[in-house]
Amino acid sequence: MSAAHDDHHHGPAKGLSRWFYTTNHKDIGSLYLWFSFAMFLLGGTFAMVIRAELFQPGLQLVEPSFFNQMTTMHGLIMVFGAVMPAFVGLANWLIPMMIGAPDMALPRLNNWSFWLLPFAFLMLTSTLFMDAGAPNFGWTFYAPLSTTYAPETVTFFIFAVHIMGASSIMGSINIIATILNMRAPGMTLMKMPLFVWTWLITAYLLIAVMPVLAGVVTMMLFDVHFGTSFFSAAGGGDPILFQHVFWFFGHPEVYIMILPGFGIVSAIIPTFARKRLFGYDSMVYATASIAFLSFIVWAHHMFTVGMPIAGELFFMYATMLIAVPTGVKVFNWVATMFRGSMTFETPMLFAIAFVVLFTMGGFTGLMLAITPADFQYHDTYFVVAHFHYVLVPGSIFSIMAAAYYWLPKWTGHMYDERLGKLHFWMSFIGVNVLFFPQHFLGLAGMPRRVPDYALQFADFNWISSIGGFLFGASQLILLVVVIKCIKGGKKATAQVWEGAQGLEWTLESPAPYHTFTTPPDPKLIHDQ
Amino acid sequence: MASAGSHETYYVPEQTKLPIYASIGLILTVFGLGSVLNNIKASEGTTFSTLIAIAGFLLLAFILFQWFSIVIRENHAGMNSDQLKRSYVWGMAWFIFSEVMFFAAFFGALFYVRNFAVPWLGGEGGKGATGEFLWPEFQAVWPLIENPSNAVFTPPHEAMDVKEWTPGFFAAYLPFWNTLILLTSSVTVHFAHTALKAENRRGLIQWLSVTVALGVLFLVFQVIEYTEAYGHYGLTLDSGIYGSTFFLLTGFHGFHVTLGTFILSVMLARSIKGHFKPDDHFGFEAASWYWHFVDVVWVGLFFFVYLL
Amino acid sequence: MLSKAKLWLGLVVAALMTLSTNLQAAWELNMTQGVTQISRDTYDLHMQILWWCVAIGVVVFGAMLWSIINHRKSKGAVAATFHESTKIEIMWTVIPFIILILMAIPATRVLTEAYDSTESDLDIQVTGYQWRWEYRYMRGDASEEEVLFYSNLSTPSDQIDNSLPKGEHYLLEVDKPMVIPVNKKVRFLITSNDVLHAWWVPAFAVKKDAVPGFINEAWAIAEEPGIYRGQCAELCGIQHGFMPIVVHAVPQEEYDAWYAEQQQAAVAAREGANSVVTMSAALQQGEEIYSRTCIACHQTGGTGLPPAFPALAGSAVANGDVEANISLLVNGVPGTAMAAFGRQLSPVELSAIITYIRNSFGNNTGDLVQPADVTTILQEAQ
Ligand code: HEA
Ligand code: HEA
Ligand code: HEC
Ligand code: CUA
Ligand SMILES: [Cu+2]
Repeated sequence: MSAAHDDHHHGPAKGLSRWFYTTNHKDIGSLYLWFSFAMFLLGGTFAMVIRAELFQPGLQLVEPSFFNQMTTMHGLIMVFGAVMPAFVGLANWLIPMMIGAPDMALPRLNNWSFWLLPFAFLMLTSTLFMDAGAPNFGWTFYAPLSTTYAPETVTFFIFAVHIMGASSIMGSINIIATILNMRAPGMTLMKMPLFVWTWLITAYLLIAVMPVLAGVVTMMLFDVHFGTSFFSAAGGGDPILFQHVFWFFGHPEVYIMILPGFGIVSAIIPTFARKRLFGYDSMVYATASIAFLSFIVWAHHMFTVGMPIAGELFFMYATMLIAVPTGVKVFNWVATMFRGSMTFETPMLFAIAFVVLFTMGGFTGLMLAITPADFQYHDTYFVVAHFHYVLVPGSIFSIMAAAYYWLPKWTGHMYDERLGKLHFWMSFIGVNVLFFPQHFLGLAGMPRRVPDYALQFADFNWISSIGGFLFGASQLILLVVVIKCIKGGKKATAQVWEGAQGLEWTLESPAPYHTFTTPPDPKLIHDQ
Repeated sequence: MASAGSHETYYVPEQTKLPIYASIGLILTVFGLGSVLNNIKASEGTTFSTLIAIAGFLLLAFILFQWFSIVIRENHAGMNSDQLKRSYVWGMAWFIFSEVMFFAAFFGALFYVRNFAVPWLGGEGGKGATGEFLWPEFQAVWPLIENPSNAVFTPPHEAMDVKEWTPGFFAAYLPFWNTLILLTSSVTVHFAHTALKAENRRGLIQWLSVTVALGVLFLVFQVIEYTEAYGHYGLTLDSGIYGSTFFLLTGFHGFHVTLGTFILSVMLARSIKGHFKPDDHFGFEAASWYWHFVDVVWVGLFFFVYLL
Repeated sequence: MLSKAKLWLGLVVAALMTLSTNLQAAWELNMTQGVTQISRDTYDLHMQILWWCVAIGVVVFGAMLWSIINHRKSKGAVAATFHESTKIEIMWTVIPFIILILMAIPATRVLTEAYDSTESDLDIQVTGYQWRWEYRYMRGDASEEEVLFYSNLSTPSDQIDNSLPKGEHYLLEVDKPMVIPVNKKVRFLITSNDVLHAWWVPAFAVKKDAVPGFINEAWAIAEEPGIYRGQCAELCGIQHGFMPIVVHAVPQEEYDAWYAEQQQAAVAAREGANSVVTMSAALQQGEEIYSRTCIACHQTGGTGLPPAFPALAGSAVANGDVEANISLLVNGVPGTAMAAFGRQLSPVELSAIITYIRNSFGNNTGDLVQPADVTTILQEAQ
């Protein structure tokens, strides 16, 4: 424990006001993480409704109209409510500790970024209780189903998106300012932990594309209420214009949901392999290349809309290229494990599962990128399988790995390793039983976003639903682990993990309320 | 790279009630606004929704006013370290970048419509079958004086573009004057900055006043132009894609000019109060950056919306 | 963690085995090979990429598994200290790149072929509606009788709500399929009347979005006679899961006969406009049309799904002025899902369905609408 601390600084305020009015990066980080977990349960509950309805052919539980609302809200809440806030929460907790800063650059703005979210989601979910029903046009809300033919609640949906966007932009500005401006002396850019690097690039992506999302929902608002014709051919517009603008946001968005995960895994694997990360520099360049490429591949979601062939080819080639930098990352992780001295605590298990299952999701992504083949895959469960493989055992597993890895630092206690392992194994088996059969469903021709299906799809849907319930139920274990760990448990040392490297491990556990009120000793900063 | 010294004076603000109330204000504003829009569409009364929106907006405005006052007060009290000031600089720069991307979405839409959608509807290019089978009457000419379906979207009778390059016409051509106005105002705000740095407070106030006046003049011209468009040209928001892109681009720009003018007026008031020091005036600088940004967007607009 | 590794390996092997043993049993686990050159090419492309990925996976996951087994602390492994190697890093950038080029070449070839829709033998305009397909056969000359019809889901709602056992082609059957000749290049001009839909027949490897106001082209040469089934593949609202596509590919002579028959039926329908119908016939035909065309929105028993879809039971329109009712059916309600059925149904059918809704679900006007009544309003509409 060599980082100096003021002794006179104050701790957290008492009572609830601590959470409402805080400017502390750790408190705000915790708020984000709890919010995200709540949204994960909510979005997961919607997924359970979907899986229950799809358990058997025929309509059993819900009306098709409600089913569409479930699909839409599930997608929206998982993407904007669960994954993104979880990563922002981790950024809040970790970035100042990792770069030797006292707090985030703009603490009051930080609080605002967070508190916008609960209100935005309150407005969004309240539409479920309105007469017209919640948004039912898919999380991609293609016009004109989301404009001329939308339920009137689309207005609230639009404004909710605006506010989530504002929250993300403010959060990202804060993160960029922190990373660029608050690093401790000696913390050069190329010494920053990869989590910090990936977040720097993610924040840049966010600032670049969230306004575009705001732009497209604004055009929707005007089409719905002010008679413009952006998405209507009768006035010279084009429904496909919506998709181009949406996916210009949407594709970078999917990397926003994975890059910080790459950073997390790049921290965990070296720790438990007890060996420095292989190819740090190439990791940084690969992340930057992925971010760059992510701006020029958007139309791979639109291969069937009838683009000119030159466009189809360009977007196919550009998309395929992303496999190269992503491959570099995967190979680097494997090379880090190679000839290491590995142990397999829960964070490591999640990290390894991440590498394997994310790569499988990446492979199916590459298959989807092959335009003529995508004509068969598009809008089937093959796509659903692809993106759940990169999102659930991808993004979500990386978040869980992070939670287990840093929990002792956050709470000062070790979590229950046995429960952690149980959680991992049930999740691992559950997620594969849930999503692997969906590849077969898609190839055999089952379209997505349907509440009912032909008989030849019955078996795999049944299996998939069972996997879904197993996976869903296992997530409650995580809740138990976290609560137990906050309440007590074996005292954690500052170092926590034998092989861990980085400034956050020089702080006592739990980390003090104010982190580095004076900068850490530059000698503590290592090459990554 | 921060120097060690700046860390020691790092100032973590106390707890603050501002953000959560600002959030409540904002959410009430948009919820009220959304309800108003839905009410209008369903031909229902809007009184209650309007009240919610106004209440929310007042709360938001009040909180933001408090917020900025506190920031200014803290700065005057010397509580802001150099490092924090740099954070504000980064913050403003990236905020402007986000605004650039917001406009990029609308410019992108204009580009797509003109180069792809409208030609296809007119029977040209890769999806020419569209025009041939569905809109045999429609000709792809920009600006659209005929829509694919004039029954659904009533087209304008005339476009806002340059009709003829005669000096007389050009002299009456408002967008041209507006371009001049904004370009000039960018220069005057720069003069104000120079004056500020030279500790010439009179110069600062004068040049800033000129800038604000130019901003107002721009807005006046814009209003005249819109009246013209609605009244004489029949060009409206709902007159097809030409009107849609025209009004959204110029409208959001106009909204930004309004905001920019307001911010500059606040800076003017602060200059009069003597808030700014030659070496410490980021509030002013941020406002002037914003103004330059608005100016650059206009140049893009003038080029792509009016001239091309 | 050997158990995890084994489990993983087992999963991959099992998956691969099921995949490869089922290569032939298309429509079960793997993509269909279909009945067109393009669909077979697409299938080959799919398999080729899949095997590339499997191979890369075996190498990557193999290396990982090997380290996991051998380089564990519990086995006394001591960590090496290397952490970069420019040579290796360049290698694993270049090799994937080369593999990608090898994938891109056949992909480009197949795509170029699939995009060449010129020189077709027959053109069919396919229009998506919420929630049915319209097929219009393009005529050589305008004096010919036009063949145009709608294709609706024909699975009875009793099967969907589980009160009857489900049939073999549950959800993949229609009242009137598209018919095309085999070995002829058929071009589909795909568009939509309302929201986005997508016309997808896996056996042809054709999936194209139906975009309102725009036409997308696709084509197929079916090489074997048969019945090919597909579904709408773009979320289009409540009944998106219930708008299947069925195409009969038949030999040319059979196609010609069918086409001539359709033309005669069209003539008959036009002439039927002057016929006089009886109440019982109208009610019977009306009920049939209702359960095919209207039930999706207005529901069994005419209860509707308020607020989106109004009830017809007790509806002011169905109990009010007859002409207003006819006109609503003919012209639809613009801007809502209520389509203009004047184009979709013949005057006889329209009169029957209107008679039916005015005398069912507790509505009791006693009106008998004649085809001629409808024709008058249809002509006004044009
Ligand atoms: C975290 C989110 C995430 C990530 C990381 C990715 C990653 C990728 N995605 Fe995915 N994608 C989604 C989320 C994501 N996707 C979502 C949500 C959708 C659906 C949206 C909707 O419609 O609702 C979607 C849909 C989607 C489509 C559209 C499908 C369709 O609708 O028809 C396509 C098509 O190209 C695609 C491609 C890819 C590719 C090529 C990658 C690549 O980045 C993958 C790269 C990784 C690898 C390839 C593996 C590792 C590499 C190696 C081991 C090197 C060697 C490999 C080779 C040479 C092959 N994705
Ligand atoms: C990060 C994003 C994310 C995550 C984590 C998930 C997680 C899950 N998703 Fe989803 N999904 C999307 C993003 C995500 N999804 C998107 C973007 C779409 C597309 C939407 C669209 O088409 O518009 C989609 C669509 C989608 C579909 C297709 C719907 C359709 O096309 O009609 C299905 C179907 O199986 C599905 C299932 C699941 C399941 C079972 C989980 C599970 O992993 C969830 C597990 C979590 C829980 C279950 C919650 C925790 C537990 C409890 C609350 C206790 C109660 C538990 C029980 C009662 C068992 N998702
Ligand atoms: C795709 C959905 C859909 C289908 C199919 C459909 N309708 Fe409708 N219908 C609607 C909607 C939506 C309205 C409400 C329109 C409005 O807002 O006025 C409506 C309104 C009506 C009304 C007026 C009810 C009232 O009291 O206002 C009648 C009568 C009617 N439909 C009859 C029919 C008949 C007969 C059929 C079948 C031939 C049919 N509809 C098919 C969606 C549909
Ligand atoms: Cu039509 Cu989906
Ligand atoms: Cu993508």
